[in-house]
Amino acid sequence: MKLPIYLDYQATTPVDPRVLEAMLPYFSEAFGNAASRSHAFGWKAEQAVERAREEIAALIGATAKEIIFTSGSTEGINLALKGVAEMYASKGKHVVTSLAEHKAVLDTCKHLEKLGYEVTYLKPDKTARVSVESVRAALRPDTILVAIMWANNEVGTLNPIREIGALCREQGVLFFTDGTQAAGKVPVDVEADHVDLLCLSAHKIYGPKGSGALYVRRKNPRVRLAAQMDGGGHERGMRSGTLNVPGIVGLGKACELARTELVEEARRTAELRDHMEKRITKELGFVELNGNREHRLPGNLNLSFHFVEGESLIMGVSDVAVSSGSACTSASLEPSHVLRAMDVGEDLAHSSIRFGIGRFTTRAEVDYAADCVIKAVKRLREMSPLYELAQEGVDLKTIQWQANH
Amino acid sequence: MAYSDKVLDHYNHPRNVGALDKARADVGTGVVGAPECGDVMKLQIQVDGDRIVDAKFKTFGCGSAIASSSLATEWLKGKTLEEAGRIRNTEIVQELSLPPVKIHCSVLAEDAIKAAIADFKKKQDQEPEAQSA
Repeated sequence: MKLPIYLDYQATTPVDPRVLEAMLPYFSEAFGNAASRSHAFGWKAEQAVERAREEIAALIGATAKEIIFTSGSTEGINLALKGVAEMYASKGKHVVTSLAEHKAVLDTCKHLEKLGYEVTYLKPDKTARVSVESVRAALRPDTILVAIMWANNEVGTLNPIREIGALCREQGVLFFTDGTQAAGKVPVDVEADHVDLLCLSAHKIYGPKGSGALYVRRKNPRVRLAAQMDGGGHERGMRSGTLNVPGIVGLGKACELARTELVEEARRTAELRDHMEKRITKELGFVELNGNREHRLPGNLNLSFHFVEGESLIMGVSDVAVSSGSACTSASLEPSHVLRAMDVGEDLAHSSIRFGIGRFTTRAEVDYAADCVIKAVKRLREMSPLYELAQEGVDLKTIQWQANH
Repeated sequence: MAYSDKVLDHYNHPRNVGALDKARADVGTGVVGAPECGDVMKLQIQVDGDRIVDAKFKTFGCGSAIASSSLATEWLKGKTLEEAGRIRNTEIVQELSLPPVKIHCSVLAEDAIKAAIADFKKKQDQEPEAQSA
């Protein structure tokens, strides 16, 4: 077994060798500019790009003409939110989103607020799920867009996208969903799910970094976007800039593989995830699952270990690459905004670890990682004053802490 | 984030983890921080005359917090109460090469030392009353 073990598949994924192979010819051999209409170099690049467009569309149940290439989901989110806000400003200036969204959505919404838009931030439930009822209650006559993610990147919770989509369609409000974690992992069908805009990113599905796509519905309704990047008018005028042909080819191949292997891969990763959870909870008490047990991504396992701080736990499992919603891993010293929005309790927010299982994870790796975690948690609990108090039967919530740090 | 070798050493081989009997008159206990903030330090000293003869800690917190409290117990042993009270967080920062974002860990360790000393002194003041009552 090769160490360290990578269990951070929600952060990024390795490029699948089949994806890399598909991309290689487009660097120095078929290097043409897809916008060059006057020679074979351009035609070949354009052909590859259009084939990729078909593959991306096929993964999400769209048509090729509805796919706009981007540099990734941050750009897709910015283009969708700002593009819709600008284009539909005369219709209204109200946007609905949730507190558990990715920072790219939240920060773009803050930007819109500065421009005079109003944003309603829905509070999800304790599992990070947004209810259709809460979206319905937030809609106003001047609401132009609802932005709710498909799958949460930290806790893997799946939102009721089809129901929210149906509501938005009925109310005549555009619906954008951040599909970064969901596309290629769970079935996505923009028609049946009534999605108007959806972004995805190649590097989350075994493609290259710096390549992504935005789905923009063309009919029923036809969605219009104000371009956020001005230039040569590429991508139906919505996103100027010379296309990243190798990256797009990689995204296309990644989508093809994700589509053809989705069912089997979802089954396999979910099985490994459940195995990991069982192995850990068999040995350790006081472990909480963060997120939704029923509606969740197959490859995500987010656990809080009572009485153990997340960063110290990550230090203790240095052979395993995982991430934490703990404050100390970020420069901000604030624990995860997602766990906060879920009201899991500040102490548990500091004790969370995200295990991301993916295409190349083996059972042996999961076993090894679980054992490392068990060992580290036991050791850290032995030196935890909170564990000591709990053992003495003291309810930690009854203690008056000196909380000035 | 990369940790200094000294932080890693204290994290992997913490000195003086454990607990002293907090009911004893010659033991001072300081508990600082809060679970909501991601750090709780419990630091205990055992005092003979005015000299610290033993020190133990338990910490819930990041690696730097564990290292700061582990180092503090090492420094406390053998010091007089007055010397112990002069330990400054900046010395801990320097010794462990803590980055700016981790300075609060050293502040917490200094607070824990002060709290343990204060607890011991409080017990000494109360002792005669307890006996007369």
